[in-house]
Amino acid sequence: MNNFSSKKREPLTDALLLMTITICIFFAMYVLAMLLLGGGFLHAQQVFDMLNDNASLIIVSCGLTIVMIGGGIDISVGAVTSLVVMSCVLYLNGGGSLLGSILLALGIGLAFGLVHGLLISYLEIQPFIVTLAGMFFARGMTTILSVNPQKVDHAGVAKLRETQIVIPWLGYVARNGNLVPARIELGVVVAILCVITVFILLRYLKLGRNFYAMGGNQQSALMLGINVKRTRFFSYLISGLLSGISGYVFMMHTGAGNATNAAGMEMNAIASSIIGGTLLTGGVGNIIGTFFGTLTLTTIKKIVVSSGLNDPWWQSITTGGMLCFFILLQSVVLGRRAKKKKA
Amino acid sequence: MKKISKKTGKGGLGQLTIPIIAIALLFLFNLIRDPSFFLIEVTQNNYGNNVLSGNLISIINGASELAILAMGMTLVTAACGGQDISVGAAAAIAGSVFVKVLKSAPSIGGGVVLGAFVSACIVAMLFGSFNGTLVAVFKIQPMIATLILYTCGRSIAYWINGGATPTVDSKIITSIGGFIPGIPIPTPVLIVIAMALLFKLLFHFTSLELFTQSVGINESAARLNGINPTFIKLLSFIILGVCVSVSGTIGVSRLGLINHETLLLDIEMDTILAVAIGGNNLGGGRFKISGSIIGAYVIQMLTITLYAMKVSSTDVKAYKAIVIILLVVIGSPVVKEKFGRFVNRIKSSKTEVKGGAQEQ
Repeated sequence: MNNFSSKKREPLTDALLLMTITICIFFAMYVLAMLLLGGGFLHAQQVFDMLNDNASLIIVSCGLTIVMIGGGIDISVGAVTSLVVMSCVLYLNGGGSLLGSILLALGIGLAFGLVHGLLISYLEIQPFIVTLAGMFFARGMTTILSVNPQKVDHAGVAKLRETQIVIPWLGYVARNGNLVPARIELGVVVAILCVITVFILLRYLKLGRNFYAMGGNQQSALMLGINVKRTRFFSYLISGLLSGISGYVFMMHTGAGNATNAAGMEMNAIASSIIGGTLLTGGVGNIIGTFFGTLTLTTIKKIVVSSGLNDPWWQSITTGGMLCFFILLQSVVLGRRAKKKKA
Repeated sequence: MKKISKKTGKGGLGQLTIPIIAIALLFLFNLIRDPSFFLIEVTQNNYGNNVLSGNLISIINGASELAILAMGMTLVTAACGGQDISVGAAAAIAGSVFVKVLKSAPSIGGGVVLGAFVSACIVAMLFGSFNGTLVAVFKIQPMIATLILYTCGRSIAYWINGGATPTVDSKIITSIGGFIPGIPIPTPVLIVIAMALLFKLLFHFTSLELFTQSVGINESAARLNGINPTFIKLLSFIILGVCVSVSGTIGVSRLGLINHETLLLDIEMDTILAVAIGGNNLGGGRFKISGSIIGAYVIQMLTITLYAMKVSSTDVKAYKAIVIILLVVIGSPVVKEKFGRFVNRIKSSKTEVKGGAQEQ
């Protein structure tokens, strides 16, 4: 594996090691599912479906990873996503334009990010409380806008939803003999673009490196001349913006606004980041790991469903078990490293 | 309530400033809006008992589960510098165990209820120690460690019930969730008072309060002074487990049924909020349980006030958020400091004026 060959050259950092483990486990799990369960797992469409269904989760997780690397937390992301979906649907049904709805989505996201960032970094209020209030506010506003589910009825959005990347050679032949081509929705493209942008931001840009420095040790970051307050402010702003984008992608996927949309998404996003090797204490994390964390989380759910454990409770019990495994793994790996460093 | 005013009377408001200001503002707001809000009546309930009713009673009654959880959560927050987000899920498990034991008994008597509660308590303590072990031994941040139980807790509760939402019909259960015949005060309120007294006694006769604070403030310093941080952290989670089982039992008894999806839904967020409003540092260290209890009543009073203003239950969250933000902004260190400076400037300018006057 990777860490054997690289040990001689330079040791893997914590984040890279945890990410490598996650990616390996993901592929091992997927190959096992292909061998043992077969069926849907043999088609490429299974992977694309996972991406199609979780594009918004991936985007939200990117934002959360940034916040967590900076040593904070944002639990409002799911609620903001839901609010964006509802307001965009209502705006479009009220005769709004496509461009206007995109601007509205980004605006709502930015507004939440702005308020969170201001309160957390400049007024020094605990991030958990601020974003909890943000979550309450967004959820409440969603039901104030409409308690009943609203279906989007707009020609432009219908066109956007129909725009899919079709890959015929990755398709499969259905039982009736027709070729079903593999389909990727537009949202996945947006999600992957977000992942790439955030990757570049975290790896190559000054702001991204500042996030790591701030999360690792706020005091030394301050002494290095980093404007910690502004950096923290930007981490929440980006997270808010990404929640806005995620809301729009969510709307493109489901085509309807509902008060219970994206329920529990914040916890799924946190779980994805953790599985991908991000630490809540800050300073450690990797966006590629987060991406695979989301896929791992989805794969385990799919495996549970297709292996015939149909009782409704198994899905989340196995998810919890897997989360436990990853968290313990992190703790053991990091504990060992800390001991080595001391010795 | 009486206890609180006594405590604050001793020496300055300190940490309790924000929660007490909040509750006073809410009182004032309701007094201006509609004085009949405070009306307390004696009515007869379905069982023919004379009971107290009114908005104030429903605030004190409704906040019971929250107050009990907030007591335990304060301890966990102080010791570990993080919060347990699985209390709602754990309460669902405890409630399920409670109902399961009640259902398996041929007839429901006092002993059976006690046995059911004890088994619920043991299960909740086991889950508490699971969380505690992850936090104390494996050094995982509390929020992440309890995310596991948060994810799967309600499903475990569902599994315990075998995919059903069983109901219990018993006079003892209704009197735990409602009123004991002959006593006009709701039983959950009495349970809160009992729990608060238990904590008071615990802190009085043991050094738990001091130990917890020192572990929260500086773990290595505490260890060097002969305190075992692992044990203290584990203990705080186990005590929270007891609180969880008590509030789970109350929640089940109120309705006479266990619904794993809705029992104490979203209470973990409210609990953490209660701890924060109570002026406790969410990063650990110094704590005051009384602050958290008032925090719980502030939250419930806010909710009931909004209900009284005909805000629908789903929309309440948005207004709650605004009030929370206002509260934390007032309580934030930066605003406090600026306000303090402002007050000082006024004071110093006054003294200057006085000094000038004397010279003349």
